[in-house]
Amino acid sequence: MDYNTLSENIKYISDVNTKKCMRCGKCTATCPNFKEMDIHPHQFVYFIETGRLDRLLKSQSAYKCLTCFACVERCPRQVEPAKLIEAVRLTLVRKQGENYLKPDDVPCTLDEEMPQQAIVSAFRKYTK
Amino acid sequence: MKYSYFPGCTLKNKAVELDESAKKCAKALGAELEEIDEWQCCGGVYTTAKDEIATKLASVRALANTREKNQKLVTICSACHNVLKRVNDDMRNNEYVRTRVNNYNAQEGKEPYGGETEVIHYLELLRDEIGFENIKKAVVNPINLKVGTYYGCLLLRPSSVMRMDNPENPTILEDFVKAIGGTPVVSALRNECCGAYTAVTDKQIAKTRSELITSSYAKKGAEVIVTACPLCMYNLKENGGKEVEIVYFTELLAKALGV
Repeated sequence: MDYNTLSENIKYISDVNTKKCMRCGKCTATCPNFKEMDIHPHQFVYFIETGRLDRLLKSQSAYKCLTCFACVERCPRQVEPAKLIEAVRLTLVRKQGENYLKPDDVPCTLDEEMPQQAIVSAFRKYTK
Repeated sequence: MKYSYFPGCTLKNKAVELDESAKKCAKALGAELEEIDEWQCCGGVYTTAKDEIATKLASVRALANTREKNQKLVTICSACHNVLKRVNDDMRNNEYVRTRVNNYNAQEGKEPYGGETEVIHYLELLRDEIGFENIKKAVVNPINLKVGTYYGCLLLRPSSVMRMDNPENPTILEDFVKAIGGTPVVSALRNECCGAYTAVTDKQIAKTRSELITSSYAKKGAEVIVTACPLCMYNLKENGGKEVEIVYFTELLAKALGV
């Protein structure tokens, strides 16, 4: 799939209108995990709007999003970047063999206290 | 009064104390929680993509079963609460999702579901159904502690759907702490994420986040931190700074009510 079609698909499944963004950067400013990302929430919006997916699809940043919805709640234009990042993450893991978390890797990440909720959530975010 | 109750996967395993203390306290306050039949795990996180239909089915089954009983559906775990309220909102207001989910329902011979059930969090049960004033009257052991009120991310956001409290300046946990005789300690990080599921894949992220949060409460003199979420509990306790004890809010309630 070429980048333009892929961008359109990401916009479609996320239901995000990137044109509403006024580039204020508040999403990145409020993101609790932006330091872990080489592409920041406001850049997700810009790169998808302009179809520049090459860096985006090679980056690990989509896996660093905590889906805490701080950027969604605080966006003054209701762009809702977390929904866009989720769509990018799904685009990545829906490719065959591209799961970020593989079932075989799970046992060694567990400890006595880890709640079921953590494992279920990680699977839903990182695996298809 | 009777309520339907969705415990979720973790309350039956690692967070048994949350499940048990919540049920005991509700009973003592005149609210009976009836666990719904054959509930399935909510999935832990709500998937925002609109073509994610199958990931919403477990929640819809629980919501539709509750409709038949004509009771409000109470959740305690912040994650279950977030997923069930948001899926319910989709079934009410998102035609695209509703039609597709109901196509699955039809295959199972079920009536279409349109979001008729009302989902409430246990804190909303305490505030809106029982009333903090009545809880205050039922307290036999005022807890007399400085209590850090930690909301995390899932209880309040997105506020347009959760409709529980002001997402930036909430009061429900603070009012709860006051009702049971404690003094709330407010941290600027009370509604920021603990690192969530990154504890599985990137432990360092959960550590950085959780240490920031626990130390912000320690600096303010909190003697204990309350949470409603088993994943926040795990991260703050195992990945946080260990300066302050972390408990479920229902455990403090049980102490205060003497149950």
